[in-house]
Amino acid sequence: MSKVVVVTSGKGGVGKTTTSASFATGLAIRGHKTAVIDFDVGLRNLDLIMGCERRVVYDFVNVINGEASLKQALIRDKAHNNLFILPASQTRDKDAFTIEGVGKVIDELRESFDYIICDSPAGIEKGAMMALYFADEALIVTNPEVSSVRDSDRILGLLGAKSKRAEEDLEPIKEHLVVTRYSASRVETGEMLTIEDIQELLGIDLLAVIPESGAVLHASNAGVPVVRDEVSNSGQAYQDLVSRFLGEDLPMRFLDTKKKSFLKRLFGT
Amino acid sequence: MQSDVDNKTEAMLPLDDNPKFDFSSTSISRSEPGSAALEIKGSMFTLPVLRLQSVDLALIAEDLSQRLAQHLRFFKHAPVVIELDHLDDQASVLDLPALCVLLRQVHLVPVGVRQASPEQAEAAIAAGLAVLKGGSSATPRSASSLPSSQEKTTTAPSNVEMAAPKPVALPAKVISQPVRSGQKIYARGGDLVVLAAVNAGAEVIADGNIHIYAPLRGRALAGVLGDNSASIFTQSMEAELVAVAGNYQVFEDGSAKDIYSRAVRIFLDGTHIKIIPLGQ
Repeated sequence: MSKVVVVTSGKGGVGKTTTSASFATGLAIRGHKTAVIDFDVGLRNLDLIMGCERRVVYDFVNVINGEASLKQALIRDKAHNNLFILPASQTRDKDAFTIEGVGKVIDELRESFDYIICDSPAGIEKGAMMALYFADEALIVTNPEVSSVRDSDRILGLLGAKSKRAEEDLEPIKEHLVVTRYSASRVETGEMLTIEDIQELLGIDLLAVIPESGAVLHASNAGVPVVRDEVSNSGQAYQDLVSRFLGEDLPMRFLDTKKKSFLKRLFGT
Repeated sequence: MQSDVDNKTEAMLPLDDNPKFDFSSTSISRSEPGSAALEIKGSMFTLPVLRLQSVDLALIAEDLSQRLAQHLRFFKHAPVVIELDHLDDQASVLDLPALCVLLRQVHLVPVGVRQASPEQAEAAIAAGLAVLKGGSSATPRSASSLPSSQEKTTTAPSNVEMAAPKPVALPAKVISQPVRSGQKIYARGGDLVVLAAVNAGAEVIADGNIHIYAPLRGRALAGVLGDNSASIFTQSMEAELVAVAGNYQVFEDGSAKDIYSRAVRIFLDGTHIKIIPLGQ
């Protein structure tokens, strides 16, 4: 059974595309055939972060309009042959999206993929609504600050009201909270919300906390999803995210500032 | 033979002593050529419905004047809708223009008919009345034949029953999911029970009381049709705004420290919002 997972947040710049890229890559590394779709028409970024921007010939809108086949538009990842990217159009506008058009593409992808990751644009406009409409599960990407939490709350409301599952009165979309750009030291000084605060405000299960890290920026610039950076905290946190999503029970890491001593790091605690 | 006037809530506007059309929602601009002279907007109104059960104008006139004497202030110049479906086969005999004259004589303003057959509709249009669609009676016909303990009817056989809006207890609307930013929940005609948080940017509204068994972080408006006795209860008071019967209070930072995040009851004391902690 294939699953459609939307990565969404409401607010921009919180790490949706970074999370989509790492989540999709992580699923592929675990052997699942995965497609990741960029719904951000006009401002496509996913292909950059996935490092395939120079191989974009056809895009999502071409497929919806019947100007290219899905096979022609899907870009196979260089490092993982079970990972495919469906890029957004840089030149069209979001009016190209229709429920029928997008639904047809999703249905076709469902036939041959285990996971279909929908990278939502920011906001609650058409692109974002289309990205969440067909979802079975959702990753809600939130930064530890109030405006981001407020926007995530709004998106959760829309997931519960404007999605296909909501409209057809099916089992509701399964929602997972992903807190990104988390800085333990800034939480301690009260500059950032704590994980408990965020969970209390949003009331959904926590899937992962991704620490703020220079590795994320570096990985984006290099076009390699940060999940593949096994040394960095962020990379490891994304690996944990994928493991937990697939059902493993792992403790949360990187939540506090306590630096372990060299010996403790060497021998574990 | 009976006819009754009952006041049914067709809309959520508060009842007014002197219901009238609201022109404030129509903006008129005649400044620049090419700009629109008016705007057309939809608006909802509460209209009394005159449910005829007799076509005898003399009987109607007699009972109307008796009833109106009791509710003079409320019904003076009130727009009324004439409901025809209780007339059955007599309907064709009804002299609509004459009825309109009669209504105007007692300071009512007939604005339309409803439940009209095609012939009646034609007659109504000819008489300058609107033909209203839908809105079949919320109270079934049997309701008018129920023993009415509420109304002190006169000893004479009554042809017109002037009922004030009857308080009908509707089941409370129960919400078990969080009410999230941008969502709005309205419990029409009764209480609202929310079993999860009402988050910042969300709005919960009820004609009756509002009970929130979780934090209230957004807005809560109870008794929006004007029920002064409505209350809001919440397990944790963190609201942006609360209102009872149109009287509201906003909470900017720190303005409610003594009750913040406590379980409270919010109600109306005169025209002032009062908030007291529960369990004291």
